[in-house]
Amino acid sequence: MKSKLQLKSVSKSFGTVVVIDNLSLDVATGELVCLIGASGSGKSTLLRCINLLEPIDGGEIWLDDFDIAEPSLDPDPIRRRIGLVFQSFNLFPHLNVMANITLAPRRVLGTGVAEAQAHAMELLERFGLADKAKAYPDHLSGGQQQRVAIVRTLAMQPELLLLDEITSALDPELVGEVLDVVRALKDSQMTMLLATHEMAFAREVADRVCFLDEGRLVESGLPSEVFTAPREKRTREFLARVLS
Amino acid sequence: MPKAPGWLAVKNSFFNWDILVKTFPKLLSAFIVDLKIFLWSAPLIFVLSLCIALARNTRRPALFPLRLFGALYTDVLRSVPVILLVYLIGFGVPGLGLPRPYNSPYIWGTVALVLVYSAYVAEVIRAGIESVHSSQSSAARSLGLSQSDTMRYVVLPQAFRTQIPALMNFVIALLKDVALLSFIGPIEILRQANVYKSLMANFTPYVGAAIIFLCVTIPITRYADYLLARQRNERTT
Ligand SMILES: Nc1ncnc2c1ncn2[C@@H]1O[C@H](COP(=O)(O)OP(=O)(O)OP(=O)(O)O)[C@@H](O)[C@H]1O
Ligand SMILES: [Mg+2]
Repeated sequence: MKSKLQLKSVSKSFGTVVVIDNLSLDVATGELVCLIGASGSGKSTLLRCINLLEPIDGGEIWLDDFDIAEPSLDPDPIRRRIGLVFQSFNLFPHLNVMANITLAPRRVLGTGVAEAQAHAMELLERFGLADKAKAYPDHLSGGQQQRVAIVRTLAMQPELLLLDEITSALDPELVGEVLDVVRALKDSQMTMLLATHEMAFAREVADRVCFLDEGRLVESGLPSEVFTAPREKRTREFLARVLS
Repeated sequence: MPKAPGWLAVKNSFFNWDILVKTFPKLLSAFIVDLKIFLWSAPLIFVLSLCIALARNTRRPALFPLRLFGALYTDVLRSVPVILLVYLIGFGVPGLGLPRPYNSPYIWGTVALVLVYSAYVAEVIRAGIESVHSSQSSAARSLGLSQSDTMRYVVLPQAFRTQIPALMNFVIALLKDVALLSFIGPIEILRQANVYKSLMANFTPYVGAAIIFLCVTIPITRYADYLLARQRNERTT
């Protein structure tokens, strides 16, 4: 299968701290890859780099047939092709759900109001949020906010979706509804790179699991391999810690 | 109070009903001048302070001079008493001998107010911008919004919302400080009261002017408090 995303020896440091260390990774079109690893292992930073929110210090990031990390490129047209959903939702508190979702299509893609709203409504209906279109983020539960945040990203029709611990800020009883969204997206062949602490979920949905440790890709493979028979000592130690 | 020995004299020269009634209409019409100056300087202040706040906020190395200018501007103008600038610009610039409509202290006094207030309001706006968490811009940029759209549709609306109370305070302060222009020429309310005081050897016109200010500023203050309270409620619910 053709690669949607190819990371080639990507490195990123903050000051003298190396956060991503010579990391290479492929994500095929339609594939769901889960990133696992301890807190501080660089999962969020990696996703922010792929979305060009952080410049990388070395290596290449290929999206289809272009190295998008090329500094001379204008990042805005690239970002709109890659969706990023944050742990803390980051909805715009001064805009209602509908305006949150339609802002980017209208301003970035130049979609007309009616069309943008119709598309947003379709997405809201698909994820059971149609009655929340006029609500403000403050008045939604965490799970609803996160689902709106996903819808807001989907409204830009991204080719690649990056999900950064999208259930970590949620009460346990709200995690399920958000994970259901990811399952639905997987069924619709969305290409996704998902950082998560939900090992059971990663095991269930991932096509491939990648274990990150101190910015390095230590091990990657099928969930059945990585979770049941990890090859690397570090992976074993990490899994022993989080699964116990 | 009424028992104090000087009460009668004070009552006569500060709270003289007849003089109040006689001078009030003229004071009121002079206050229209204050309102006019206020109404055309407020939008100018808004625009100028927004530009300065944005200039101070740029992070692009190429725009560093703009940033420096913004910093200098706010530092210098906030360090000088308002009345001093009103004098310096209000008398100084017309002294250059400009042709007729442009040599009026009325214009240049207002310019002085606009310049000073822009410095203060720019700082309020800048504080507002900084209070918006960077994750908001990250979210906007990740959706593909440009830097200017992010500022315009995501950051600034939130920045202004948090700063409404502070901005309202400057609205009230500006309305009162328009009276400073009385020192350089325009027959606004304080000047008019001053004329009457000299004419009638009585201070009641000042009290009349104070009453007019109170009637306008107290409702605005109340409204500002109301906005503040509403904002607090919004945060907690
Ligand atoms: N803007 C920044 N400046 C300096 N250091 C940073 C910055 N962002 C992240 N780091 C550092 O980079 C390292 C990796 O952080 P990152 O957030 O990517 O980890 P993570 O795997 O997402 O962790 P978590 O599971 O807690 O979300 C950490 O040591 C963190 O302190
Ligand atoms: Mg993280």
